Amino acid sequence: MEESFEVALTVNGTHRTARVPARRLLSDLLRHDLGLTGTHVGCEHGVCGCCTVLLDGEPVRSCLMFAVTAAGHEVTTVEGLAAEDGTPSPVQRAFRECHGLQCGFCTPGFLCTVTALLRETPNPTEEQVLEGISGNLCRCTGYQNIVKSVHRAAVLLAEAAGEGES
Amino acid sequence: MKPPPFGYHAPGTLDEALGVLAAVPGGKVLAGGQSLVPLLNMRLAAPSDLVDINRVGELDTLRVTAGGVRAGALARHARVERSAAAAAVQPLLGRALRHVAHPAIRNRGTVVGSLAHADPAAELPAVLAVLRGTVEAASARGRRTIAAAEFFRGPLEPALEPGELAVSAFFPAAPPRTGTAFAETARRHGDYALSGVAAVVTLDEDLRVAAARTGHLGIAPVPVVFDLTGAAGPGGDWAAAAAHVRERIDPESDIHAGAGYRRHLTGVLTERALNAAASEALRKAGE
Ligand SMILES: Cc1cc2nc3c(=O)[nH]c(=O)nc-3n(C[C@H](O)[C@H](O)[C@H](O)COP(=O)(O)OP(=O)(O)OC[C@H]3O[C@@H](n4cnc5c(N)ncnc54)[C@H](O)[C@@H]3O)c2cc1C
Ligand code: FES
Ligand code: FES
Repeated sequence: MEESFEVALTVNGTHRTARVPARRLLSDLLRHDLGLTGTHVGCEHGVCGCCTVLLDGEPVRSCLMFAVTAAGHEVTTVEGLAAEDGTPSPVQRAFRECHGLQCGFCTPGFLCTVTALLRETPNPTEEQVLEGISGNLCRCTGYQNIVKSVHRAAVLLAEAAGEGES
Repeated sequence: MKPPPFGYHAPGTLDEALGVLAAVPGGKVLAGGQSLVPLLNMRLAAPSDLVDINRVGELDTLRVTAGGVRAGALARHARVERSAAAAAVQPLLGRALRHVAHPAIRNRGTVVGSLAHADPAAELPAVLAVLRGTVEAASARGRRTIAAAEFFRGPLEPALEPGELAVSAFFPAAPPRTGTAFAETARRHGDYALSGVAAVVTLDEDLRVAAARTGHLGIAPVPVVFDLTGAAGPGGDWAAAAAHVRERIDPESDIHAGAGYRRHLTGVLTERALNAAASEALRKAGE
């Protein structure tokens, strides 16, 4: 019998535990053990970016991390981006408005990546947007609308921040 | 695909980690996992045991002194790339790191892991080599310092013995009147490069070239360093220096580029990087 380990971590603000073998990828822990199938898996070797989640707020490939290594950390998946009442986040709204998705397979990875990008760089230049999303592949959109979505999300986030202040 | 089974160890201290590595001869260190996990997922590697060092807090260090930058085994690419202190002492490191993969990979991948992985197309081994840096290795038997020139033995073959862990890497500071530059060409930004070059140029007090070196990636099984001080001459003939490099390399053809193209490209990148490094050296000399 393969040895198994008790993994406890925070996912989208909720304490979760699972008993898994050491070789369980974080992506599979999320999808199979915790039932959070919003995180998509494309290549399983770090190239496509579909499986990108936020680990303690920073985007990482969940297919390149073992669940046992993630124990004790805080993970945010695409399911955790919207407000508690289900209102889509500014980044999610921007992707919808600008048609930043077609089939949607790549979208969870883009949404997590862009959420972190705009937190660090609220007002990105075109070049910063391209660099920021360079690690995520999309087979449908041709990227133009994704780039538009990122700029639009920056505006929506600034508006939301302005409202929060007044 | 999914990784094969392995024995898993998550030591909390360096001593514990070295103890486990001594006890499990087939054990491999797991740092950022950005090279090792793909190999496991593709079943190209099947180590009996993994020693996960991510909980060894004492390895999560980045020390910058006037002498240089020392990155501990858990210093991630992103941390080193963003360190203003490291950039002030040795700007070449950050310049090269911007070409390493993508931001999400750099959030996990470590500088020392990249050296230990010893990919001939990786940026950091060439940087360590051109700066004549060192790797500090530790095992249950003791510690030793390995010079960059000895560290890279072959593709994916670092000079680490079984049971040895690379605890840190040291990148010496740039001397006065020194400029550095990094240039590479990849099929797509963030991909491993077809050819890349790290250049270091130092001027003397009369603004003549005192030293010029380049470190190359992607053109041989290990990083290649050229001392171009003579080829460039005191006035800095960078075209001649680039020709010197072009005539002495023997790159291979693969599905991404032919040998002839790689040779030409290496010449172009070398001249460009040397020019940029020399301009920076001149600027610094004027400060
Ligand atoms: C899509 C993608 C693109 C990439 N592009 C690039 C690129 O353009 N340029 C580039 O340079 N890299 C690239 N990488 C690799 C990345 O830089 C890795 O982070 C790096 O090569 C390995 O560092 P790591 O900490 O992730 O090591 P790991 O993956 O954990 O380990 C790699 C190897 O080194 C050994 N090792 C690690 N740390 C130690 C230690 N302290 N002591 C002894 N042995 C150790 C491991 O046992 C293993 O054999 C890419 C990766 C991906 C997934
Ligand atoms: S599935 Fe993780 S990067 Fe493709
Ligand atoms: S929307 Fe289909 S892959 Fe991006």
